[in-house]
Amino acid sequence: MSAPQTGERAAKVVVRGLSKRFRRGREELLVLDAIDLEIASGEFVCILGPSGCGKSTLLNLLGGFEEADAGTIRIDGEAVTRPDPRRILVFQDYSIFPWATVRENIALGLLRRSAKEREEIVAHYVELIGLQGFEDSYPGELSGGMKQRVAVARVLAVSPEIVFMDEPLGALDSLTRLAMRRELLRIWQRGRMTIALVTHDVDESLQLADRVVVMTSRPGRIAGIVSVDLPHPRDPSASAYNALKLELFDLLGVRADV
Amino acid sequence: MSVTAFVTAALAAVAIVASRGLRQRAQAVVLPVATGVLLLALWHLWAESTRYEIATPGEPVRTVEVFPTPERTLVAFRELLSDGRLLRYSIASLFRVAVGFLLAAAIGIPLGLWAGWSTRASYSINPFVQALRPISPLAWIPIATLTFGIRDEAAIFIIFLGSFFPIVTGTMSAVRSMPVAYVRSAHNFGLRKFELLAHVVFPAALPQIITSLRIALGVAWLVIVAAEMNAIQSGLGFLIVDARNMGMRYDLVVAAMLVIGAIGIGLDFLVRRLERIDSVRWGFTKE
Ligand SMILES: Nc1ncnc2c1ncn2[C@@H]1O[C@H](COP(=O)(O)OP(=O)(O)OP(=O)(O)O)[C@@H](O)[C@H]1O
Ligand SMILES: [Mg+2]
Repeated sequence: MSAPQTGERAAKVVVRGLSKRFRRGREELLVLDAIDLEIASGEFVCILGPSGCGKSTLLNLLGGFEEADAGTIRIDGEAVTRPDPRRILVFQDYSIFPWATVRENIALGLLRRSAKEREEIVAHYVELIGLQGFEDSYPGELSGGMKQRVAVARVLAVSPEIVFMDEPLGALDSLTRLAMRRELLRIWQRGRMTIALVTHDVDESLQLADRVVVMTSRPGRIAGIVSVDLPHPRDPSASAYNALKLELFDLLGVRADV
Repeated sequence: MSVTAFVTAALAAVAIVASRGLRQRAQAVVLPVATGVLLLALWHLWAESTRYEIATPGEPVRTVEVFPTPERTLVAFRELLSDGRLLRYSIASLFRVAVGFLLAAAIGIPLGLWAGWSTRASYSINPFVQALRPISPLAWIPIATLTFGIRDEAAIFIIFLGSFFPIVTGTMSAVRSMPVAYVRSAHNFGLRKFELLAHVVFPAALPQIITSLRIALGVAWLVIVAAEMNAIQSGLGFLIVDARNMGMRYDLVVAAMLVIGAIGIGLDFLVRRLERIDSVRWGFTKE
């Protein structure tokens, strides 16, 4: 199994021999087994795998929310021990706060800035995600796609170096999902962020990623890493695209013709 | 009289049955009104059946009404209104409930937040809250009167106990049931202790806190009447025992009961308005 290396760009995230178990009653469940992974600075990586294979667990470890049983995670050469605003994790559910308005949600990471500065930053990102006029709305009054855009704006507002996203588009309908993918790419291309995005949608990973990390189901291991050297926007009918798709399905252990 | 009441009851019953054919909107008006009329008529008939006459030789026959009719109750209500007792006693009861309840909220909410957040705090606080909670606040009446005398403070203390436990336990469980992702996000964005409390823990728990306040105020209003029947010489609860003890005035008793019910509805209506605050509405609507 030869993982394509990150090339000439410096490795931002280095994961070595990462394992994680959960105790369930008297049983022990091995969820992640000896994961090795490198993510380059400015790279867009998708983590693809079946449900329950440990994708969220991996992100929680990368974000510094949980402790590994073995192995190390280094970011910029420093061991990850706790959450840090330089790397933000967008959780699978509950991404934004239902009790706070769009404005308050986006300002979450800006509490210690001056009121004026905070207002300017919020206004900037509200415009970026196209939610002008909804600043004082509550999440309960927004559509799924709008909520997801607020979650993205809240992250961008603190200018993190790395963003970990746990199935950010999973709950959206397919049209909104396409639009949101385009928006994510646009935002990623204008900044110099490193993104690791979890998904179980093969097309999503091929549309977004520089490299796709495929995981096996329990215990989660890395089945393979596929580089997607295609220019954006990517044409899903191109033969190179379809060859990669077959490769991904193959790594996932499913037949592509169903 | 009897015949009128009987006919009224029958008409109300017919209206209830016949309303089936009406539109929903009309039913929403007709059904409660007709049921109310039916209940009043039945009450009247029942009250009349408890009436008896005393015939003493050389004196006119006296009619004794044990249980008051609705009409008599209305007269009693007017009496209470005009001699000022109704207002005075209602204010006395409401004052005690307000002070005891607000005190319970002021101490119970912070304590509940703390015990819900910190495992150490919950180890020390929770066993004692759980042990004291099943004791009826009324069981404290002897101790309350011993400590405070037959005074407002005794009733306030009992109201405090009655509302404190629902508020602490409600707040505590609200914090505990908060999804971890909220707290993790807050840590991730660099929020510190107080910011975390003000921007995440408290607002996340607020809908459930409001529900516990609603329960607590309901309990407080139940308990104040009983407390005033035993531990104090004024208030609506006192009015009830006093009316019975001073001349078997059951008309006053029933009038006071109805006032207690009405005020209870009013109090519940007031707390429910809290559910409409913008930042808590998410907790009361299902998506
Ligand atoms: N806190 C926990 N305690 C015990 N077991 C856990 C815990 N968190 C996760 N697990 C178990 O670890 C496994 C992996 O969970 P994880 O949430 O990482 O999967 P996932 O790949 O994100 O799945 P999905 O695509 O459905 O979100 C599951 O079998 C789950 O039951
Ligand atoms: Mg998951």
